[in-house]
Amino acid sequence: MDVEQQRNAASLGMWVFLGTEVMFFGGMFCAYLIYRYWYYPEFAAGSRSLDIWLGTTNTAVLICSSLTVALGVRAAQMGKRRLLVLLLLLTLVFGLAFLGIKAVEWHDKFVEHHVPGASFSAEDLIQAYPQIHIDPARTQIYFSLYFAMTGLHALHMIIGVGIFCYLTYYSWKGRYTPQYHTPVEIGGLYWHFVDIIWIYLFPLLYLIDRKPLK
Amino acid sequence: MATATIPVEREHYLNTDYGIRSWLLATDHKRIALLYLVTITLFFFLGGFFALLIRLELLTPAGDLVLADTYNKLFTMHGQVMIFFFLIPSIPAVLGNFLVPMMVGARDLAFPRINLLSWYLLVAAGMLMLHCIFTGGVDSGWTFYTPFSTAFSNTKVIEAGLAIFIAGFSSILTGLNFVVTIHRMRAPGLTWSRLPLFIWAHYATSIIQLLGTPVLAITLLLVVFERAFHLGIFDPTRGGDPLLFQHLFWFYSHPAVYIMILPAMGVVAEIIPCFSRKRIFGYSAVAMSSIAIAVFGFLVWAHHMFVAGISLYSAMIFSILSYLVAVPSAIKVFNWTATMYKGSIHFDTPMLYAMGFIGLFTVGGLTGLFLAALGIDVHVTDTYFVIAHFHYIMVGGAVMGYLGGLHFWWPKISGRLYPEWLGKFAALTVFLGFNLTFFPQFILGYLGMPRRYWQYPPEFQVLNVLSTAGSTILAVGYVLPMIYFLWSMRYGKIADANPWGAAGLEWKTSSPPPTENFEEIPEVTWEAYNYDEIPSPEEVPVGR
Amino acid sequence: MFDNFPLWPVPASSGAGNVDALFIFLVLLAGFMSLAIFTMIVMFALKYRYRPGHKAEQIEGSVPLEVTWSAVPLAIFMVIFVWGAILYFRERTPPREADAVYVVAKQWMWKLEHEQGQKEINELHVPVGRDIKLVMTSQDVIHSFYVPAFRIKQDVLPGRYTTVWFHPTRPGVYHLFCAEYCGTAHSGMIGQVVVLEPAQYQAWLAGGMTSGSLAASGQSLFQQLGCPTCHRSDVQGRGPNLVGVFGKPVELEDGRTVTADENYIRESILSPNAKIVSGFKPIMPTFQGLVSEDQLTALVAYIKSLSQPSSGAAGPATPAPRI
Repeated sequence: MDVEQQRNAASLGMWVFLGTEVMFFGGMFCAYLIYRYWYYPEFAAGSRSLDIWLGTTNTAVLICSSLTVALGVRAAQMGKRRLLVLLLLLTLVFGLAFLGIKAVEWHDKFVEHHVPGASFSAEDLIQAYPQIHIDPARTQIYFSLYFAMTGLHALHMIIGVGIFCYLTYYSWKGRYTPQYHTPVEIGGLYWHFVDIIWIYLFPLLYLIDRKPLK
Repeated sequence: MATATIPVEREHYLNTDYGIRSWLLATDHKRIALLYLVTITLFFFLGGFFALLIRLELLTPAGDLVLADTYNKLFTMHGQVMIFFFLIPSIPAVLGNFLVPMMVGARDLAFPRINLLSWYLLVAAGMLMLHCIFTGGVDSGWTFYTPFSTAFSNTKVIEAGLAIFIAGFSSILTGLNFVVTIHRMRAPGLTWSRLPLFIWAHYATSIIQLLGTPVLAITLLLVVFERAFHLGIFDPTRGGDPLLFQHLFWFYSHPAVYIMILPAMGVVAEIIPCFSRKRIFGYSAVAMSSIAIAVFGFLVWAHHMFVAGISLYSAMIFSILSYLVAVPSAIKVFNWTATMYKGSIHFDTPMLYAMGFIGLFTVGGLTGLFLAALGIDVHVTDTYFVIAHFHYIMVGGAVMGYLGGLHFWWPKISGRLYPEWLGKFAALTVFLGFNLTFFPQFILGYLGMPRRYWQYPPEFQVLNVLSTAGSTILAVGYVLPMIYFLWSMRYGKIADANPWGAAGLEWKTSSPPPTENFEEIPEVTWEAYNYDEIPSPEEVPVGR
Repeated sequence: MFDNFPLWPVPASSGAGNVDALFIFLVLLAGFMSLAIFTMIVMFALKYRYRPGHKAEQIEGSVPLEVTWSAVPLAIFMVIFVWGAILYFRERTPPREADAVYVVAKQWMWKLEHEQGQKEINELHVPVGRDIKLVMTSQDVIHSFYVPAFRIKQDVLPGRYTTVWFHPTRPGVYHLFCAEYCGTAHSGMIGQVVVLEPAQYQAWLAGGMTSGSLAASGQSLFQQLGCPTCHRSDVQGRGPNLVGVFGKPVELEDGRTVTADENYIRESILSPNAKIVSGFKPIMPTFQGLVSEDQLTALVAYIKSLSQPSSGAAGPATPAPRI
């Protein structure tokens, strides 16, 4: 296989793989949509218990990281090794920042007893919204899906960080040239995909009902 | 070409390197195919052993061979092992891996190291599954219905779920490799309409593997989470819905059956033209039918749920769609049969398996019509009628297709011929044993014997005894090829490049092929199945 | 037919014969098609077997043939679909005036309770010639109520009611099976349906020891749990008047209209704020955990009885709320 054919094949392979990832997350999005339709009050209450500022910051962080990734691919195409390494490092910083903020959010949920399982309690939400009836079991469903979806997303982010460590190292070693930078391109595709998943997760989980209660 | 009775030790993919490392770190698709062959054969016999125990228990109405809990584990693990560790990989991972690059004129798959990874994933999954089986087992049924699997079963549901989850990734990566290879690595001149139907079938199968398996993965993951962390996504006492599990599960598991049958149809589409010495009848129809089955196969999943509590109207929609998906399969059966018309038929073992496939797949497919009929399904779902139906397709269909393919391509894979008369005998044994095992089960089902029953009312005994008798014959039929294939690797007659006089790029290279498949990548200027140009083996003075 | 070697269960319900008719049609169709394919393969194999000097004829295909053997099967399939769908529609639409029997499935037994109060375990006595509707739920996992002789089967789910109905036509004793794998004694969760002549059935009813009708025990539960505090039938209370509610459409405060069937009543007791009736406040407490499945069945039966013409309950003194 010549270089061009390899690049073509690798690119198609990554797009196909991302297709499978869409189906993977899709199953959970499907469960989410069904339960949200059935259990709207509990989902709205749960959503409001998330910190919207941390969520928004994380969204901005990821969007910036996608920018640095895109610029990195361009740097690779132009053969600018130092710039490439810098941009990949920045991407890593953003990625780690995202994971750090996510850890803080999860910690908050743990402290508030919103982690599903034995110590789960929806009492605070029931007290906070006396005018609507909140069913604890249904609220737990919201949080189960919250943790499953953000957890799976975070796992993909961690894998992405691993991939970008690899890319940063080999960029620094000078492996990528304008003629051959396929790993940077397909690594970039993967990162963009993980970003897009978050772009969907953010409104679905954080922005269910942010207007004041009637 | 000289008579190939003097073995000249030419270098080929089997002898190019020796030692366990050269196999365990192989990236040659042909070696990986053999790694898969060994792995899935082991699982086939394990799953078959469970089946034999089940049939032995069912010889008598009382539960007197094993405990009820043990029986429940046996049918669960029989299903899981056979489906996820034998059938789903089988043809794609063994024959597909070996042949897809060669059929498209490439030197290997698009991603050889990912190919090796997908074998390791299956092995890792398999080891986890074996650990699960031998340290207690699992009794949820292969279908894992909730809330039994998440909140009531006392067995190793999490381990089994994770094992299947990992095996799923093996399947996904195989599909990914095939899709990219078929799109990007075809030899010059090899347009889509010149591709062998085996390739079309594997392409359609790969689409299903790629789109469907991830949904199973997430579903099993949610079951594992639910069981481990006491969530309630599928548990009504904790706010969840058991029917949601069923929808998510069947969204994969119905297309999964097409993963299991499409490759076998691809094998049959190669064998019939070769042994009829004529091109396939209706090439475009057969190729498009493969794609149609893959697409429609995703639209029918809830026909497994007609009595589960879904609404009347959605049941009707899924019923009518299920009839639509039956049409392309019917088209294929007619086209294969028509290929034999005015042919020049040879009755070698592969052809016997292919003809058996058509017959048994037809019966299995026709009984699908019964199940798609809502009024009938109410009576026969969850009975032995369904068991008979799917075994006709998966065993009478897919396994016979697999065996037929193994026999057909054995000379190419091993450079040896298997003993033909033993091959024919085993094929007949399989055919007879199979029918005796599973035909009585249609009757048992309509009479009302439910599935997954350890004990049963005495009036069902006669049919059960017939079925068990058949299964012992079937077992003999399966053991024979194992023995003579192994025997042939040392003592079989040496095969030349094309002992069957078959069409296809894989037959243009030596048997066994060199590691790089072809001396020179061919440039294709001919249509598929150009049997008008290829001489029949009898017409060429070559030793056989 | 074939008393010594039966090929199908004795048809014992009004629907069984129709199911068998479609089945026989399908057997003939499948048999014919299998025979046709089998015969053609054998014929072609023999007639066109290899003989030296005999060459195969290369035939590309035939579009008219492809169209024909696509369209004809499709047409036949549509006929089968419609026939099966009609059977299914009838099978899933119980007649309005069916006698109800309440079923609670649990690992690993069937508990049945007649409206008159008779309780049975793993056995169901019914009179021939009446429409019988089963209202079923599970205490644990999914089970499935299967009576081959009636050609009926319906999964029984935890957390909701599912229904199945039949009309026995033939006195006798018929198998009852659990048809959804449910654990260790799944194959032991079997019993029988005993179909009696009407006179015998009355005798059986009278002979058993009962603690009053199901609706009556529901009524006493209703009082015990304090329901009449809000659900009054004399003046407008804090909750809707339940007399005449069952089976009628109910308008909810979010604008939807639902039918007050068994599942609605059950949900209203366990998750009262899932559906608030228009004009009422969401103040009903939940009884989740405070009532068992058997008690729920009794309450449902009682509320149903309030809609029956000559129910023993107090007649409505105020018009029912706008429903």
